[in-house]
Amino acid sequence: MKRVEAVNDFVVKFANVNGSGSASANELFARSILRMGVPVSPRNIFPSNIQGLPTWYEVRVNETGYQGRRGGVDLMVAMNPQTWDNDLKEIEPGGYVFYDSSKPLPKSRFREDVNVIGMPLTEICNATYSDPRQRQLFKNIIYVGALSALLEIDPAEIEKLFSELYKGKEALLQSNVKALRLGRDYATQNLACPLGIRVKRSNNVGNKIFVDGNTAAALGAVYGGASICAWYPITPSSSLAEAFIKHCQKLRVDPATGKNKFAIIQGEDELASIGIAIGAGWNGARSFTATSGPGISLMTEFIGLAHFAEIPVVLIDVQRGGPSTGMPTRTQQSDVLCCAYASHGDTKHVLLFPEDPTECFEFTAQAFDLAERLQTPVFVMTDLDIGMNTRLCEPFEWNDTREYDRGKVMSFDDLESGKDFGRYLDVDGDGIAFRTYPGTHPERGAYFTRGTTKDRYARYSEAGPDYVDNMQRLLRKFETAKTLIPKPLLYPAEKPARFGAIFYGSTSPSMVEALHVLAERGIHVNALRVRGFPFQEEINDFVASHPWVFVIEQNRDAQLKTMLVNEAKLNPSRLLSILHYDGTPITARYIVDQIAQHAAARTVVPLKRVS
Amino acid sequence: MTYLAKPKLHHPTLAKNAVGYTRRDYEGKISTLCAGCGHDSISAAIVQACWELDIEPHRVAKLSGIGCSSKTPDYFLGNSHGFNSVHGRMPSVLTGANLANRDLLYMGVSGDGDSASIGIGQFVHAIRRGVNMVYIVENNGVYGLTKGQFSATADKGSKSKRGIANMDEPLDLIGMAMLLGATYVGRSFSGDKRQLVPLVKGAIEHRGAAFIDVISPCVAFNNHAGSTKSYEYVRQHNEAVNRLDFIESREEITAEYAPGEVVEVPQHDGAIVRLRKLAADYDPTDRIKVMNYLQQRAAAGEVVTGLLYIDPKAEDLHHHLNTVEAPLNQLGTRELCPGSVALERINASLR
Repeated sequence: MKRVEAVNDFVVKFANVNGSGSASANELFARSILRMGVPVSPRNIFPSNIQGLPTWYEVRVNETGYQGRRGGVDLMVAMNPQTWDNDLKEIEPGGYVFYDSSKPLPKSRFREDVNVIGMPLTEICNATYSDPRQRQLFKNIIYVGALSALLEIDPAEIEKLFSELYKGKEALLQSNVKALRLGRDYATQNLACPLGIRVKRSNNVGNKIFVDGNTAAALGAVYGGASICAWYPITPSSSLAEAFIKHCQKLRVDPATGKNKFAIIQGEDELASIGIAIGAGWNGARSFTATSGPGISLMTEFIGLAHFAEIPVVLIDVQRGGPSTGMPTRTQQSDVLCCAYASHGDTKHVLLFPEDPTECFEFTAQAFDLAERLQTPVFVMTDLDIGMNTRLCEPFEWNDTREYDRGKVMSFDDLESGKDFGRYLDVDGDGIAFRTYPGTHPERGAYFTRGTTKDRYARYSEAGPDYVDNMQRLLRKFETAKTLIPKPLLYPAEKPARFGAIFYGSTSPSMVEALHVLAERGIHVNALRVRGFPFQEEINDFVASHPWVFVIEQNRDAQLKTMLVNEAKLNPSRLLSILHYDGTPITARYIVDQIAQHAAARTVVPLKRVS
Repeated sequence: MTYLAKPKLHHPTLAKNAVGYTRRDYEGKISTLCAGCGHDSISAAIVQACWELDIEPHRVAKLSGIGCSSKTPDYFLGNSHGFNSVHGRMPSVLTGANLANRDLLYMGVSGDGDSASIGIGQFVHAIRRGVNMVYIVENNGVYGLTKGQFSATADKGSKSKRGIANMDEPLDLIGMAMLLGATYVGRSFSGDKRQLVPLVKGAIEHRGAAFIDVISPCVAFNNHAGSTKSYEYVRQHNEAVNRLDFIESREEITAEYAPGEVVEVPQHDGAIVRLRKLAADYDPTDRIKVMNYLQQRAAAGEVVTGLLYIDPKAEDLHHHLNTVEAPLNQLGTRELCPGSVALERINASLR
């Protein structure tokens, strides 16, 4: 039979049952390959459930460092009988299935073009352990041990990971090492090791870090100076707030007094959470909330208030599949429109689109400067694919000379010196007015903040000219935002390209890979990664220099394209949407296929104009 | 919505308090509420309380939601920052503001529609968190700005101006505040300044969640026969359990009281709340007894007023969160940013 042969370039997928303790064993597997200098990108595919439902962990091993989901599976570690049939179907011809052979399966349940590796895991566990919980947990470690032999993973790396993980917990360390060796020894003695797919020590990881986007964004909030966080649990953003709690406990406790330089509130709902964040922002502290689509829907009235009353606040939207409850544990980029225009009335908001955990850290930290400079809500638009999966990415960096930009705030001295204070008075022509913190000066600088319309001195006014004046200033402020948010990044093709491609956020790793694959096939594409909204001139220039531009998105309705047409005034007939929205992360294969089809359809010689 | 400017010149002989302000310095813009509205009396009581307590006006932050009551922060303490937020959401905004700067005094003003209907959830959770605030509900049992619909505190059987009886059970904000762990609970009547001013003063000095329900008749839509929130009805059914004298610790006690007439409740900062008992055996520090008493008197059709409950050992949200003494909004890059060395350690742990 044919077997897939590949070194450092394959996909392993673990099919498990939720709550069986497989997650940590699977992560151990991924990390051990990383420790051998070979890049991996794992993805959790999990249900909205705590125990009993199917869950998968897909690890792409790729020496080149492609981080996107590849599609297809070379080795299925099929530990869940419930999903056996579908899991088997996913395997590439010549691929492998590893399963628990304690109970024999009829031949009809296998595929003829898939190599079968059976190991009596349950039998081994039952013979070794008497405690049912141990039988279950160590089964996972035992299969990791077996895989280390089958894939030539250095067991010393796994044991080293154990010793880091169970530092000071000798008993746990020993029992894990024992289980690992049990599995490895069985495989060496009874299975045909190694398989056609193997790991070979390399040096392609460098000083990269392995972290998930939620942890990174939370750390960005700590470095960005957030002192107040209010949140309500919602998948896939809960781990972001929880990471913020953990980081703060390590990094923000005053060593002298043991007191906290932060305040975190788990709100009663998303409305209270954004309300608390807005109250804190109004009163001069850096504050944020983390949520997902349904939370944004609930927060919308408050977002309008913060926009119109001009209060700094940061929202991190870890997007999931919508609408409504949608697909809580799947990924999409489908909140782009609802965040950009959240609230009734004419509103527009600043959005940032990080591509990976490194940018989650950077953009979140920057979001606090932007929010205070622009005195407005700023959205960090991450998603489940970035947020809840560990990704190999560039290490975090911080320049110690960096000072927070607290924006235009009048101090006691400013007010005392007689500077004219109009809360909504545009003194610099950039649309941004000065604000004061409550309690600054006994006689000057107080004003009444409200969601109703007002004049330049914050006095209630429903007069048409006052209203229009204020709305025009808000537009000027939005123009100013263009100069402050991250610029789009160009990914130039190596050869002259007829096609352009615009993409953003978590599409990045698959897009980069797709560009390489397309170039190998002779299809050259210049790409531009949009990193924020409002859109800058660079986007118009990019589109103007290509007859056709693909816009790649992970939603059904081409949300970013809609905004490009409306906001950047781009010609819609030149923009070709490539959309992927089934809840799984977009793959390079998908992008390549789509672009190749379009390219084939458009390789016509233009008619010469007869003059 | 003020069209008339209030004259800023004060008569030179007006009395000044210890921080150098006249009572007029605590006023705001001219009210645009209806003539005779109970809410204006509450604004006046807040002005009086702040002046008497020598509070610098700019050290107060006034927060409100939406409705007639929520407009009032514009009509008192004109030198304080105010925040008129969205309907029913004052408590969360106040909570966030309080977290950002623990040194200011937070005055939340709301109405029965704002707190008991749309904002009931936020009312509940701000109180159970123990936010250090004065939370005043100006309670008239009716939606004024939208012209006379029942609110959730309208008593069962009470009649609207058009003669329709309310058949829903009323929400009992005082009873809820007691259950939720409010550490200072009072009820008063906008028409009784003698009772209301010291009650507000006590709430200001209290460190914890202080809630005051003030029955405040709506002269336009709920002051007719058949209403249980009219001036006449409240005057007839008002049963005060005590009369409060708020005394700061440094003041010498000069008033004379008959033996057994007075209860003294010391506060965190050394101030003393002194209550003259009007109802025999009423102990405002016993939460369970207070709840029983209130339910019994309500069943008898009385509107019990006074300082209903006070916890001398109150704690607030900052205490629970163990936050630093310095206001969080005054911490800068140096205090908040852990720096590159710590970040490099984190990077190393992620390899």
